[in-house]
Amino acid sequence: MSGSVGQPIDRVDGPAKVGGKARYAADFRPSGVVYGAIVTAAIAKGRIAALDTTAAEAIPGVISVIHHGNAPQLAYAPMDPRPIVDPKTGEALRVFQNDQVLFAGQPIALVVAEEPEQAIQAAALVRASYAVGNAASDFSHASLEARPPEESRHPGGKPGALRRGDADAAFAAATRRVDASYEQPAEFHCAIELHGTIARWDHDHLTLWDKTQWVDNDRTEMAHVFGIPDDNVRVISPFVGGAFGSALRSWPHVAAAALASLLVNRPVELVLTRRQQFSSVGYRPRTVQRVRLGADDNGRLTAVIHEAVAQTSAYEEYAEMVIEPPAMLYSTPTLRADYRLAPMNVNTPCPMRAPGIVTGTLALELAMDELAEACDLDPLRLRLLNYAERDENKNLPWSSKSLRQCYAIGAERFGWSRRPSAPASRRDGHWLVGYGMASAVYPAHRAPATAHAELRADGTASVTSAASDMGPGTYTSMTQVAADELGLPINAVQFELGDSLMPPAPVHGGSMTMASVGSAVQAACRALRAKALDLEHPNRLPQDRGAMQQAYARLLARHRLDCLTAETEAMPDDAAGRFSMYAFGAVFAEVRVDAELGEIRVPRLLGVYAAGRIVNPKTARSQCIGGMVGGLGMALTERGQWDDRFGKIMNASLADYLVPVNADVQSIEALFVPEEDPWVNPLGVKGVGEIALVGVAPAILNAIHNATGRRIRSLPATLEKVMGC
Amino acid sequence: MLPFTYSRPRNIGEAATAGAQPGTEFIAGGTDLLPLLKEGVRRANRLVDINDLPLGGIRHEAAGVRLGALTRMSDAADDERLRRDYPAVVEALLAGASPQLRNLATVGGNLLQHTRCLYFHDAAMPCNKRQPGSGCPAWDGQNRGNAILGGSRACIATHASDLAVALVALEARVVLGARHGEREVPLADFHRLPGDTPQIETVLEPGEVITAIFVPAAPYSRRSTYVKLRDRASFEWALTSAAAALDLAGDTIRQARVAVGGVATKPWRLPKVEEALAGARADRSIFHAAAELAAQGAEPRQFNAFKVELMKRAIVRALADAGSLA
Repeated sequence: MSGSVGQPIDRVDGPAKVGGKARYAADFRPSGVVYGAIVTAAIAKGRIAALDTTAAEAIPGVISVIHHGNAPQLAYAPMDPRPIVDPKTGEALRVFQNDQVLFAGQPIALVVAEEPEQAIQAAALVRASYAVGNAASDFSHASLEARPPEESRHPGGKPGALRRGDADAAFAAATRRVDASYEQPAEFHCAIELHGTIARWDHDHLTLWDKTQWVDNDRTEMAHVFGIPDDNVRVISPFVGGAFGSALRSWPHVAAAALASLLVNRPVELVLTRRQQFSSVGYRPRTVQRVRLGADDNGRLTAVIHEAVAQTSAYEEYAEMVIEPPAMLYSTPTLRADYRLAPMNVNTPCPMRAPGIVTGTLALELAMDELAEACDLDPLRLRLLNYAERDENKNLPWSSKSLRQCYAIGAERFGWSRRPSAPASRRDGHWLVGYGMASAVYPAHRAPATAHAELRADGTASVTSAASDMGPGTYTSMTQVAADELGLPINAVQFELGDSLMPPAPVHGGSMTMASVGSAVQAACRALRAKALDLEHPNRLPQDRGAMQQAYARLLARHRLDCLTAETEAMPDDAAGRFSMYAFGAVFAEVRVDAELGEIRVPRLLGVYAAGRIVNPKTARSQCIGGMVGGLGMALTERGQWDDRFGKIMNASLADYLVPVNADVQSIEALFVPEEDPWVNPLGVKGVGEIALVGVAPAILNAIHNATGRRIRSLPATLEKVMGC
Repeated sequence: MLPFTYSRPRNIGEAATAGAQPGTEFIAGGTDLLPLLKEGVRRANRLVDINDLPLGGIRHEAAGVRLGALTRMSDAADDERLRRDYPAVVEALLAGASPQLRNLATVGGNLLQHTRCLYFHDAAMPCNKRQPGSGCPAWDGQNRGNAILGGSRACIATHASDLAVALVALEARVVLGARHGEREVPLADFHRLPGDTPQIETVLEPGEVITAIFVPAAPYSRRSTYVKLRDRASFEWALTSAAAALDLAGDTIRQARVAVGGVATKPWRLPKVEEALAGARADRSIFHAAAELAAQGAEPRQFNAFKVELMKRAIVRALADAGSLA
């Protein structure tokens, strides 16, 4: 394929976004819309003893206060099989169906009013009294009860244990050893667009304008909640203002908005407050990992033991692939990896950019840095010594792996050879200077997807699929693929997404949109072009893109057609059974730490990624440096500050949950290693959305060690940890 | 958020009368107040907008500089003479908030900004400052941001202003306007310790407004600096900060002024540190010895104990920076 794929095309939706014309869920204004505000539980476990809504109902403009005492019982029909975005074990929270409180911040009532301010004012006046239960709020205590995920007992479930050989014996016999525990706090997506839903019923048909990464599943979930056919629900979501995984599932507030609309017989808009985002949608679960690495005197791994405990909720088991990286990132003859879940009275965690993989890689890459020190080896040299030539976890060859090139290019560009060889040995004024690096990895997934392509009378094309664009540039990259297949210029192709009436697309997550939807767009456009060629001798179609639009227009006119269409489903082949498919990368960081005051600055970050074909280097770079900024936040500032006594996150605002600001980001660069992979998918892409986060935090923490000699084993690396006081 | 009435008086008399009504909040830049109103942390039935009062402008005089209370932080930070004659004030201004907020926020409002205590900001939580008598969960809770100096069992909320720390070091005074004229109060006496009444934060009487800030020109003013330590490089409150000002005769300190922020329930001047510096040589060992005195009486809690050491180091850095100023 030649043409626009591979070119740094500007975002086709850029002008709409910059000009304020892109409409996000809560920007729609169906006629007669009224506004909801949620009342949340003040206790972490127990029962609502009484709910006094008198004062709330007296507020002018209030239409209704909906709660378990007056809400109808909804169908909540079980979904079989469950969608990939829902936990496999437990039951999703059902809104206003009973008096049980399972976590602090749980929605217990919804006020609907003519104006949003009235709803907010009234919501603050709803008085709940509780029969307080004994909440599981202490993570350490809950960890004692941790158990492997139930789903690990079933085929396809995420594993609770991985084994190769006798890792404990090999560790005991190893001459070089690392044994350390690493703690990661709960982290929150903090997308700038608040979660919001507008629901409107037209008789027995429900329309939702929702912030979602998967309109099709949102439709199906809501159809099951209300016990109506899928076809009676339409979900519209043309733009998503960041999500990072928080909009994969249909959260309780979506059902609450639809329920409210049903009861008040008006369209209802419900936008969560920033504080409510911290308890009404998911988050990355708090996870503690103990890693033991054994090696011989030459630095060759002989044992990897990785034990992870993560929090989940009391009503669902959210499991992730924390133990996948230790099982496949390096070559090791023995492995014991265990993953357990600790139920707590919290809302259910959910995927957050590179779920599980970023967590497991963090601990492994911190431990590898410690092992390098124990072996007196350069950290990059240690990684090369233990390079995995095949996937020892799946026992499969790689479909492609260019990690060596990532290391080499990264080391050269970054100047890794100038790394201070001893910790705390380089000083520049007040500043201690250190370098660190880490590997990055993320699986290349693909799922079935369908696209519809249409040539119009004027020779332009329209392509649709029910995909999503939470920011990576789906609109742009799909337009590029379609334009190339049809031989049209970019501006003669219009790609639309985000409507469940469109042909089905998989979830916009797991870095697989380009692989899945891109393959469908390619196939549909290829089929459409073939149809056109059936009507016209190929020699009569021009090679020049500018002329192609006129040629298509003439063709349709000659055949008296209004349009010409093709719809194609693109299915993964069996290659995933024969090859292990991952994107790889290497991240390098320079850190400066104020020797007396402990302030940490990151003047340089470099990520080098091998992720197959890069459809748009401009948007891919954007996506990667954005992910790397996320990694900077993970390393230095982000954490939920949990209060055991109340069972809640106390810093639930953007003023107190710190994400990096511009001043924190200095030189940051992402490079792509050219990589051709004939097996992953027809486009040869692996996706870059998630891998960009992986490896950044350990690279920074390893650099902090190089700068100061201090190992930080709990995130984030704040000033007092670096000062050791 | 409650419904509120809104008025925009033209003179101090009207503003003071309106502001004395119960349930009233004055609003200037609004950068602190609006988020608090939205979250129900502050509750007001009436907003009195003072932006039309004639309280702007910066006036340099022989005796010092007078900053009108409505001077925007960004305008003050851009004032060349202020930067030359009182560098700690400009450094503190530029260390605060973000450029966008500084364009809106006023210097008077900055002194009155509310604490960042996590429990104060969550209206569902007990908080003696927000709801007197309800308790202080920060005492045994997430108190990393809280005060180690000046607290009481009722409240350990940190005062959040950077500007106030620099000003209190430079012995600034605030001018307070009311219906019947003005009074002047040293900034050091303007904020109150929480004691048993943490809800009463200043000596302002109902209806009284800050009309101006006066910073006296002193021999140490030009050799002043502000050091701020925080978790991210911008748009974040101080974990610890220090303002220092030195009057030097050769390498001997004639007099010194030192104050700290992010560690105390009000802008915290350190007279004992200043006394230890007066007459001494300006060198690091003296700075270290003097900074040790800063922690006298400190009462750290579980997550803020690091501030004891950090505060001392910040003071040393600020003194060293001030000492090396030309």
